[in-house]
Amino acid sequence: MSARVQSQPFDPAAELAGFGAGAGAVVTFTGLVRSEDGRLIALEIEHYPAMTERALADFGAAAAERFGLTDWRIVHRYGRIAVGEPIMMVATAARHRRAAFDAADYLMDWLKSRAPFWKREITADGPGDWVAAKADDEDALGRW
Amino acid sequence: MRLDVLYFAWLRERIGLPREAVETEATTVRELVAELAARDDWHAAAFADMTAVRAAVDQVLTDLDAPLAGAREVAFFPPMTGG
Repeated sequence: MSARVQSQPFDPAAELAGFGAGAGAVVTFTGLVRSEDGRLIALEIEHYPAMTERALADFGAAAAERFGLTDWRIVHRYGRIAVGEPIMMVATAARHRRAAFDAADYLMDWLKSRAPFWKREITADGPGDWVAAKADDEDALGRW
Repeated sequence: MRLDVLYFAWLRERIGLPREAVETEATTVRELVAELAARDDWHAAAFADMTAVRAAVDQVLTDLDAPLAGAREVAFFPPMTGG
């Protein structure tokens, strides 16, 4: 059970070594930086150091209680991240698959609308606009 | 009351500072915003549309009517977009 925020790259496969031992189901989601049809070369992620890891740990603890998880992990990067690289991942472990899937989905909805991360597009011309929050992401929280 | 006020993403850019120490008598986040917005054009621009601003008091996400009694750090930022 851990939440981690880091600037260095991570290996999603390595994160899963030993994860969820004894569970019946492990679900993982990895987010990659999209090129947006070749327009972007990277994303820049800003965070709020004093708040971010604490917020992620709170989301993980809430998911564990709600879905009866036996293990969970959240890894999120900040700084400049090149197109194609993993930017974040969540992993959930539970006795049964439905809880593991639902908990991963729940964590993603919270990460997208309540975790203190902001992203900006980097094109060949340099830093571009901050990405606006999507109403869909906020609405998705209403499902829970 | 002395508060550390932090800004992130485009609020930081609009104001031109990542953080500042503020002496204030504001009792809520909303009152603090009104004080800050009255300071200069940069602060006014950052707080022009409060539907696009979120706030945290001592690293906990809160709403604009949250009290500031005992607070040490207030942060302002746009809605989060995650990775």
